[in-house]
Amino acid sequence: MELIFFYIFAILAVSSAIAVISIRNPVHSAFFLIICLLQVAAIFILLRAPFLAAVQVFIYVGAVMVLFLFVVLVLDIRKETFKEHMHSQSVSALVIVAALFVIMGFLMFSGKLTVPPGIYNEAALARNTEVIGRLIYTKFVFPFEIVSLILLIALIGAVVLVMRERGRGADRNKPEDI
Amino acid sequence: MPTLYHFLILSFILFLIGVAGVLLRRNIIIVLMSLELIFNSVNISFAAFSYYLQTITGTVFVVFNITIAAAEVAIGLAILVAVYRRRQTVYVDELDEMRG
Repeated sequence: MELIFFYIFAILAVSSAIAVISIRNPVHSAFFLIICLLQVAAIFILLRAPFLAAVQVFIYVGAVMVLFLFVVLVLDIRKETFKEHMHSQSVSALVIVAALFVIMGFLMFSGKLTVPPGIYNEAALARNTEVIGRLIYTKFVFPFEIVSLILLIALIGAVVLVMRERGRGADRNKPEDI
Repeated sequence: MPTLYHFLILSFILFLIGVAGVLLRRNIIIVLMSLELIFNSVNISFAAFSYYLQTITGTVFVVFNITIAAAEVAIGLAILVAVYRRRQTVYVDELDEMRG
């Protein structure tokens, strides 16, 4: 039963991911990426991590994809979408992807799990969110602070990069003719 | 009941699609979306290992990973807007003025 749901979510995720990289219109790509991220959230639920599924829906679908759609609409690139949309180096890129496929597939099927299983079995993961919250504030409190610092830097950096004020920001030493 | 290999193969296929998108597409917005695909495949892999090895560290790491991905998207799209203002293009093969 669970396997059937896994195959449904996996096939939807893979096909919408292929649609993301093959469709010419960036707005349609963004919507297919939303579908793919929702399927990944469903996969997280199959992996008994409902907190991750909620975070995935809130942050990715709610914030990141809205940001993507906002930028696509701001840049107004609809009129350029019917031009050539692939690189000129597509043959070598496909060769690289095929080589990666072979190497990583070999590594995946030749590896073995040697780590003994930990203490968080199915019963302990019944209160998944509580366990994660307690661990973040005790064992992982230092990475937590680092991540908050990175978020602050990203906030300030994004504001500085798009600021258009005379003598400040990214346009400060703009050359006259490029 | 799906096994660990099911999730690993799904993560692997999504990773390959993401790499193909980064290498093949000219539009830099699609390149950033492919980066999101790669992030998601890595997150699936972390969560799968965390569940099947019965540790919680992978799950906590996925939370940090999603946060970093959000910061990366904010910075990347800000850079994209700044570049578009100056160059009026979103195609990666026309943004070659730093070519060494």
